Amino acid sequence: MADTIYALSSGRPPAAVSIIRVSGPAAHVAGERIAGSLPATRMAAVRELRHPRSGDLLDEALVLRFDSPASSTGENIVEFQCHGGRAVVDSVLRALGLIPELREAQPGEFTRRAFENGRIDLTEAEGLADLIEAETESQRKAALALAEGGLRRQIEAWQQALLALSAQAERAIDYDEEDEAIDPALVDGCAKLAAELRSWLSRPRIEPLKDGIRVVVAGPPNAGKSSLLNAIAGQERAIVTDVPGTTRDHIEVPLSLGGIPILLTDTAGLRETADVVEAIGVSRTESLVERADILLWLGESNEAPAHAEVVLVHSKVDVRGGAPEGSLGVSSVTGEGLAALLEVVATRAKALLPSEDAIALNRRQAALVEEAAELLEGLPTDTVLVAETLRLARQAFDRLTGRAGVEDVLDALFSRFCLGK
Amino acid sequence: MHDVLVIGAGHAGCEAAAAAARRGARVGLLTFRAEDAGQMSCNPSIGGVGKGHLVRELDVFDGLMARAADRAAIHRRMLNRSKGPAVWGPRVQADRKLYQAAIMALLRDSGVEIMATEAQKLIIDQGRIAGVETEAGVLPSRAVVIATGTFLDARMFVGEDVVDGGRRGERASFALAQQVREIGLGQGRLKTGTPPRLDGRTIDWSRLEEQPSDSEAWTMSALSDGIQQPQLQCAITRTNEQTHEIIANNFDRSPLFAGAIEGRGPRYCPSIEDKVKRFAERDAHQIFLEPEGLDDHLVYPNGISTSLPADVQLAFVRSIAGLERAEIARPGYAVEYEFVDPLQMNGALEVRDLPGLFLAGQINGTTGYEEAAAQGLAAGLNAAASALDLDEVRFDRRTSYLGVMIDDLTLQGVSEPYRMMTARAEYRLALRADNATTRLGPAALAACCVSDRRRRDIEDRLALRLSPDWTLTEEGRADALYAPYVARQQREWEVVRRDSAVTIPGWLDYSTIPGLSNEMVERLTAARPETLDHASRIAGVTPAALSALYVAATRKAAA
Repeated sequence: MADTIYALSSGRPPAAVSIIRVSGPAAHVAGERIAGSLPATRMAAVRELRHPRSGDLLDEALVLRFDSPASSTGENIVEFQCHGGRAVVDSVLRALGLIPELREAQPGEFTRRAFENGRIDLTEAEGLADLIEAETESQRKAALALAEGGLRRQIEAWQQALLALSAQAERAIDYDEEDEAIDPALVDGCAKLAAELRSWLSRPRIEPLKDGIRVVVAGPPNAGKSSLLNAIAGQERAIVTDVPGTTRDHIEVPLSLGGIPILLTDTAGLRETADVVEAIGVSRTESLVERADILLWLGESNEAPAHAEVVLVHSKVDVRGGAPEGSLGVSSVTGEGLAALLEVVATRAKALLPSEDAIALNRRQAALVEEAAELLEGLPTDTVLVAETLRLARQAFDRLTGRAGVEDVLDALFSRFCLGK
Repeated sequence: MHDVLVIGAGHAGCEAAAAAARRGARVGLLTFRAEDAGQMSCNPSIGGVGKGHLVRELDVFDGLMARAADRAAIHRRMLNRSKGPAVWGPRVQADRKLYQAAIMALLRDSGVEIMATEAQKLIIDQGRIAGVETEAGVLPSRAVVIATGTFLDARMFVGEDVVDGGRRGERASFALAQQVREIGLGQGRLKTGTPPRLDGRTIDWSRLEEQPSDSEAWTMSALSDGIQQPQLQCAITRTNEQTHEIIANNFDRSPLFAGAIEGRGPRYCPSIEDKVKRFAERDAHQIFLEPEGLDDHLVYPNGISTSLPADVQLAFVRSIAGLERAEIARPGYAVEYEFVDPLQMNGALEVRDLPGLFLAGQINGTTGYEEAAAQGLAAGLNAAASALDLDEVRFDRRTSYLGVMIDDLTLQGVSEPYRMMTARAEYRLALRADNATTRLGPAALAACCVSDRRRRDIEDRLALRLSPDWTLTEEGRADALYAPYVARQQREWEVVRRDSAVTIPGWLDYSTIPGLSNEMVERLTAARPETLDHASRIAGVTPAALSALYVAATRKAAA
């Protein structure tokens, strides 16, 4: 029999409301110990939450009850929507910890149970992981489309196409009385499917939606990179979504620009140097530039590193005067040109994101689709080996939907979930 | 007292009896008529793509079929020559009489006692098989193999005529069928068919495309004494639009379409009326004219099996090129027969709930001589194991078509007659007809069921693999051709091996596993997989169900 688990399911307090969830066979018993009585299944009721030993009042909360198997995890669930103060939440969690049948949930354990109890499949589980991590509106929509199985339907369509091709190859092997060489229609079908997979692979991935578009500010020393970063972060229209993390050799500022998540990064100045410490900084900068989705280059245009998305910025326009052709003049002091720069960044960023209602692949999914595409592109000339190649391509898709190597996929997937989700 | 009794002396029964005897069991083989042992009741060919692989595999265990086929072969063809060696399919046309004589001779050598009597009832004592009740009296035995083919409650259809019986002019086993149903093994009915037999002297061979026998001197058995009979030619002809019109005009007289036949036939081997109905766009279907024997005028027109009335058969046959004046010696017919649910057997082909009872051949829902014979081998080896307390012989789908078939039957069950195809074997590149000895030789030696000559052949083959000359052999070259693919497959096997290590206790009550839908509970309960790997191959079992099962199985093991 499964354990009964509990955890804080909403964000960290303080908040207006915090949600604490209990799931498992003993969830209802535990709920009664704390709330006195539970509402009917799938109903909400206000209850006084009391300490299971002392009987002290902990909070007055909205209590919801779900019965197995019709719940999000497939198990019995009780949900407490308490006041979101740190002390209140801590006291309720401590009280639950005193009930012997209960233990604190592992990261991702609620979703894992939902998956194991057949409430969601693997692509839906992944979509849910993204949903939980989503911070902006467009992220939420993309994640939802995924969670609702849009991707699963697309994968099923590809699987069907592959199956049809496999069937064609198998027919030629097991039922060809005339013993002909390879069927051109089979080769053609493989090429068509490969082309379709390629067109999907050229679409934006879902990660930029989640992690943000990486906008890197780079240029020679004293080009005004840090001032530009601060000016952008200080702009009202660029909402700084978090305090910068640990400041190492570069500074990252997550922003939301017109609903688009952006990770703005300042770098050490790029120049030839003999100084060891500075050299380390420079080499890190180079790798940041490489990984950037968009590069804001503050140096001379002919010195800009090779990059697919470069925006040439002519900084200190208030001091240095007019920007050359193809560069955007910006002043971090007067604010001149900042709005135009943000406009350009937003436009370019938008093109790098999957459109809001489109289904987007994540990197793991893209890698498997890529594997299938490569197999189909490198088709052998013998029918039996073509059939084997198609089988391998089918397996790549099987791994997408969790059919093969079940445990590996599960481990990789479920470690992504935050505690209590 | 017998150790093993085998009911039915068709391809499955003969192999089962001989295999059990080779392991040292005292074996009785029960049949309606002794002279019918090893009869080819359908087409006169042995082998083919997938099927030929099975024949080569059973040969490694000294099975009868490959050696008998070599003695009787009058036409040989290696199918799929233009494709890779993994799917080359050796097939021979066999002289019926010579084939049957070869089987009888091999049976006699094996020491099997052939008993002409009807098996009427299984004797069950304390939940275990204890013998068979026959017309001639009670025969006690430790294990029983039922290999009754289509004879369980069989019915034949020729147009509107319906006759009880499993083969032209023969009886059916009604009493035994009744008991099989009572034990709870009965599953449903299947259908198979056969074409009209033609008198070869009335065929205009000069108008037809000839198909000569292969010039290469390959044989079915690794222990063959070479080609022993003169090689004949087959011929090819085709149906035409007129043929199709005659057939379509008589759909209402076909028991298939009139609803008289309820059993399901194989989609991949349809009757000619089925082909005309389902592939209306095709204007011709190929027919292979196969001689049935050296001193026999009968010709088997492969490709036009039918249960239409005899007058319609004659009319459409005569619309075909070369057959304008052909006489039908025996009309074609459909047979509908009862089969048992193979999900009730374990991988040794033993009925799980009735130890000592083994089932082999068409009764398990398969079709084809080769499929039957291969199951007969497995059931016979394991019936002897059960009776004499020897090691079971299990076949693995990673190393044999036999393993693929038994795995499919006992885990997926059957909804249409099961025929071997290479497509069923996901590790087909490693399972070739040319490397059966390499794959199964060690298992055959371990089972102690082979002659000295065979033992030496296996040992020589395995030794040759280690020598530098190996790369010069045909098998060595095929190994090299597929090596990168096989290496990749071996990595896949690791997953299979890991999942195989997760055993599922037989007493596990699937309905107590949280999160399994009713449908999953039903499927798993019916197949009762022995490991997680088995469970992963049960039709319709979802990844979610598998992970729930994994969790339940590992928790149970930890508890």
